[in-house]
Amino acid sequence: MEKLSGSEIVIKSLIDQGVDTVFGYPGGAVLPIYDSLFKQNSIKHFLVRQEAGAIHAAEGYAKSSSKIGVVLVTSGPGATNIVTGLTDAIMDSVPIVCITGQVPQHLIGSDAFQECDTTGITRPCTKHNYLVKDVNQLSEVFHEAFKIAKNGKPGPVLIDIPKDVQFALGHYKKPETITIQNHRLFQPKIINNDNKVEEATKLISESRKPIFYIGGGCINSGNDASDLVREFVKLTGAPATMTLMGLGVCAASNSQSLGMLGMHGMYEANLAMHECDVMINIGARFDDRVTGRLDAFSPNSKKIHIDIEASNINKNVKVDIPIVGDVKQIVTKLISSWKKNNYSIDKSYSNSWWEKINKWKKIDCLSFENNSDIIKPQLAIKKLFEQTKNKDTFITTEVGQHQMWAAQYYKFEKPNRWITSGGLGTMGFGMPAAIGAQIANPEALVIDIAGDGSILMNIQEMSTAVQYRLPIKIFILNNEYMGMVRQWQELLHGGRYSESYMDSLPDFVKLAESFKGIGLRAKKPEELDNVIKEMINSDKPVIADIWVDKEENCFPMIQSGSAHNEMVLNNKMKQDSKSKEKGKILV
Amino acid sequence: MNKSVYSSQTTDKPSKRHLITVLVDNEPGVLARVVGMFSGRGYNIDSLNVAEVVTNDHLSCITIVTHGTDEVVDLIRKQLNTIVPVHSVNDFQDQESAVEAEVALVYLYLEENNKKESYKICDIYRARKIENENNTTIFEIAGTSERIDSFISDIEKICKIEIVRSGPIAISSLLRE
Repeated sequence: MEKLSGSEIVIKSLIDQGVDTVFGYPGGAVLPIYDSLFKQNSIKHFLVRQEAGAIHAAEGYAKSSSKIGVVLVTSGPGATNIVTGLTDAIMDSVPIVCITGQVPQHLIGSDAFQECDTTGITRPCTKHNYLVKDVNQLSEVFHEAFKIAKNGKPGPVLIDIPKDVQFALGHYKKPETITIQNHRLFQPKIINNDNKVEEATKLISESRKPIFYIGGGCINSGNDASDLVREFVKLTGAPATMTLMGLGVCAASNSQSLGMLGMHGMYEANLAMHECDVMINIGARFDDRVTGRLDAFSPNSKKIHIDIEASNINKNVKVDIPIVGDVKQIVTKLISSWKKNNYSIDKSYSNSWWEKINKWKKIDCLSFENNSDIIKPQLAIKKLFEQTKNKDTFITTEVGQHQMWAAQYYKFEKPNRWITSGGLGTMGFGMPAAIGAQIANPEALVIDIAGDGSILMNIQEMSTAVQYRLPIKIFILNNEYMGMVRQWQELLHGGRYSESYMDSLPDFVKLAESFKGIGLRAKKPEELDNVIKEMINSDKPVIADIWVDKEENCFPMIQSGSAHNEMVLNNKMKQDSKSKEKGKILV
Repeated sequence: MNKSVYSSQTTDKPSKRHLITVLVDNEPGVLARVVGMFSGRGYNIDSLNVAEVVTNDHLSCITIVTHGTDEVVDLIRKQLNTIVPVHSVNDFQDQESAVEAEVALVYLYLEENNKKESYKICDIYRARKIENENNTTIFEIAGTSERIDSFISDIEKICKIEIVRSGPIAISSLLRE
């Protein structure tokens, strides 16, 4: 058999894994791979402006396409710059394969130029990582890495390749010739899943106040999974609330959908979680943003927890019926068990449960006071939604107030349309993620809802968007503050706005123009519609600078240290001082 | 349960000693993965022992003694299972029928007045003298950790010592098919 160089094996492995898109940035230790990349036409490489942009773009690409995002960066600073993205991907279960160059093997450990212990640094923030020392193992490692990235709970995998291995000659093995030992891949280890499914449907059928608590696992399980979840929710007639990562699994317009729950979730969703007697958690992980105070979290409910990751069971909240497995598989079983047993929830119970929920809904927790002079951030999102809802739209966000307003006021009808950094909360995620989403969906409208603070964290990627003619739209809710930090300082730190005011922001319109994109601005509510319209209709990258009310707070809110039934709805309702002191310690 | 200030539901449960064995592929970094999981998630390691056990298949056994509530140790077990090169995880707390042993090497600072008594104690505990080129008195003692603890406490009363211990290892005593 003909021998190939390590770098040729890298390219061949990627092609055989169906990869056609790579995000990266070259450097000394990956030059052989870039050379092989130059000599082929199957894989398109997108050059970012900083490695962080590459991995967030790969995340956006993966989340909007259900493919695996691939990143190629050099050793040392190239590798350390992707650490945030790797952590982001492991927290939000995004399938990523990262290829990093490494100094030649004889230099490893000598503090060589651009050397760092990449596998050591990235061990806690990858599902698995490799340092490949033998060129003959390279293809095997690649095929296993792609399998691991997607298998079970998806996540990032990193392959570190010393430069001499990229040059060395070796044999290539095709994916189908490789056997991966069983223990290295996910297998649900719970044997009596079927009994658990029967127990679960029986429990739901006997419930009086059931609620579905739906998370990002449903999205990771594929589009069919969301359809199945919708079907099961409909069969039971129970209300359904979604986590930040689960938005879109149930259509926002569906009458059974209560919207998002948690810290900035809907009043009715949180109160229903607090009062329910049976909770059906599908693909969510009882995150602290969702549960609030644990000892007061849904105190009177029996909890069913469906999760692909056994280590998520009983991690934060003790559950009654744990079912370890893939959402699609388990919900299929739940549906057939429900139908087989002819189950239904007693009408009189379900009517009084819905009556209660509808009463909470009447509070209208998303209402806000409009103003004719100043643009309210909530209004900006609402208007954006109105003008984009009938288009093929993907929304990405940065992190902060604008992210929560987007989650609250933008109504998602389909899964995979909402791309946000949930677990890690990475500012600077949104624009590169939008670039990735636009590359995966060239015809779609991709909008990054951003804040003035976050957007500056990866603003250099505007240059990438322009280079590849990616018509992404950056919709900045500009309040000249790190809004969420300011809000917490107002609520918990006596209004001492320590370092949360953004002095000397750039002129975002000129900034966009300097990148050869389009810059737009709205200062008054009456300008909003036209700016949004112009933004959407442009075929170029656009930055729309929306000047919003500087001191608007994001409500409703469960302040940290509080429980679901202690929501604060507006500035007038303040938290009592005792839980305030306790809450200060938390993040 | 976690240690967040969101006071968790089960913090008052008793903390127990658990001996966990982890069978792993003997590949670079595997120990760091296992140990890093403990430190990264705030679990404790009281002792640690690693050695290759099946040379042909490159399998190593990592033995860890930890302590925690049943819930915490259950999470440790599940977290270990998520590590790619991990084959299996065994918690010997669950199994009555396990045999446990540890090895200690003890250097005795012998003097004329404690020599006889020290040898007597070593004899009682069946500690074995290890010959060495420098002709110093080094004893090896094997057995349960409690037995070694008790030996140390007895011998320390009469003689200054220096000691190294392997940490316990364990194996199931059930009849194999």
